[in-house]
Amino acid sequence: MSEKSKNPAGGKKEEGLRVPWLLSVEYEYAAGHFATRFFQELRDNGRIWGVRCPGCQRVYIPPRPICGICAGKTGEWVEVSDEGVIVGCTVVNVPFIDPMTGEQRPVPYGFAIIRLDGASTALYHFLEETDPKKLGVGKRVKAVFRPERKGTLLDIKHFRLLD
Amino acid sequence: MPHKVGIVATGQTKHTAKRTDINMRELITEAVTRALDDAGLRMSDIDAVMLGNMEPFEGFMLPELWSVEGWGGLGKPAMKFNTGGTVGTSTAIAAYYFAASGIYDTILAVSFEKQSEGHTQTAITTVGDPLWERTMMAGAIGNFAVMASTYVHESGVTEEHAAKIAVKSRRNACNNEYAHLQMPNLTVEEVLASPYLAYPVRRLDFCPQSDGACALVLATEAKAKKLAPQPAWIKAVATAHEQQYMGDSPRRLAEMRSQRAASQRVYKACGISDPVRDLDVAEIYEVATYAELAMYENLGFCAPGQSGKLIDQGVTTMSGQLPVNPSGGVLATNCIGATAMIRVAEAALQIMGKAGKRQVPGAKLALATGYGGNAWTDALILGRE
Repeated sequence: MSEKSKNPAGGKKEEGLRVPWLLSVEYEYAAGHFATRFFQELRDNGRIWGVRCPGCQRVYIPPRPICGICAGKTGEWVEVSDEGVIVGCTVVNVPFIDPMTGEQRPVPYGFAIIRLDGASTALYHFLEETDPKKLGVGKRVKAVFRPERKGTLLDIKHFRLLD
Repeated sequence: MPHKVGIVATGQTKHTAKRTDINMRELITEAVTRALDDAGLRMSDIDAVMLGNMEPFEGFMLPELWSVEGWGGLGKPAMKFNTGGTVGTSTAIAAYYFAASGIYDTILAVSFEKQSEGHTQTAITTVGDPLWERTMMAGAIGNFAVMASTYVHESGVTEEHAAKIAVKSRRNACNNEYAHLQMPNLTVEEVLASPYLAYPVRRLDFCPQSDGACALVLATEAKAKKLAPQPAWIKAVATAHEQQYMGDSPRRLAEMRSQRAASQRVYKACGISDPVRDLDVAEIYEVATYAELAMYENLGFCAPGQSGKLIDQGVTTMSGQLPVNPSGGVLATNCIGATAMIRVAEAALQIMGKAGKRQVPGAKLALATGYGGNAWTDALILGRE
């Protein structure tokens, strides 16, 4: 018997077989009472609201029913500014698949964690600027709203540097 | 009072970017077989098994089912853990709880990840809330870079400080036969010449994606003394969690409330007041150079803003007062589900005096940590007594 007939892979050492498998699944998440109200206000009136914890007085964005620190109910809605300060930022250069769309997201893009004036916590969002030299912690930014809004966080197109 | 529990054996695979020669079950079997051989045990000697893995990476809903013959779970008491980056420490800590409570005497803890088989960055992005965070996140890298920028701003650490961490890790890894990225000639200049993945994080500032598995055998005192000449006794364990959203603690990396809470708890339990003086070695879960620098502060190795000075002075190098990650750490090897357990295994090897070329001479007290993105931090102290 020849070497070849003994080994279906052709007689030489082969890498193990690999089997591709593609997952394409749609999910649909309930936003809950607090986020529903937040996104309605954003869509209909272009306004940004948080909720205050009566215990520690923190104004939470995203709004939520429970303050994790006080382990108590929040409740009072408080309007916050569409301007704020960058507390962390980056410009992403590495290409990757966007799980919201299944497509590769165009790079570079700027993204930051922003504390809006009047809020205690900070929000993730895109930055218009993609030059890291022009960005920085502590710089002030303002929300740029889309003219047609659908009730998602992307009703704010991105944040623009003010300084 | 909890029973005294020791780690008596460890097993690791040779971690690498792609293990295309074997499947997930076979990868697990390699680590499990090595751990059992190290202890001189057979699967029938094991009372219970704890298994850890991050299943979204490989796309298996029940990886434990598919791999049960790899981890020896058929008919045995067993549990599976999935806590992000801390999977490996959560799994080890769960094994400790079962032994310390006296429910089981000899426990196998196993963790693994075969990152080459799935989409790691996409899976990590699903950590973010789909309404608020997922749209902006760029896997672990973009999310981490935002946190790093805050830390750089607050601490004044430089790119050179970060590059020194990168060099330390990849050079230490050369003394670890299991490490993935071994770069004996890496220089600070090369790190600084590598491109930005996401500013301020360069390619060589970030961990690789690895395929690998790790296993530990834990035993209660009498058993442990029979199974190992010097068990690595588990002196204290702690786990802590953050708030829900990434922006709830805007200082995240600079502050790391969960890591401060977990480390302070294990230090207190062991009477450690000055970790650099009291610990002999630390194996910490640092996904990037800037994370290691921030963790020096959050783990109490230095005062705020002094982490750059710590690496400049070589305090955390192999010849320093507190060597950090003699194994090369996560910057050299990141098989996510296994990574935190590797920290525990490497800390145990140091205490048992079995760390070979990466041994810290006379190591008596070791810290191991796990860090799960923005959520969990785990900490363990291992000791000779």
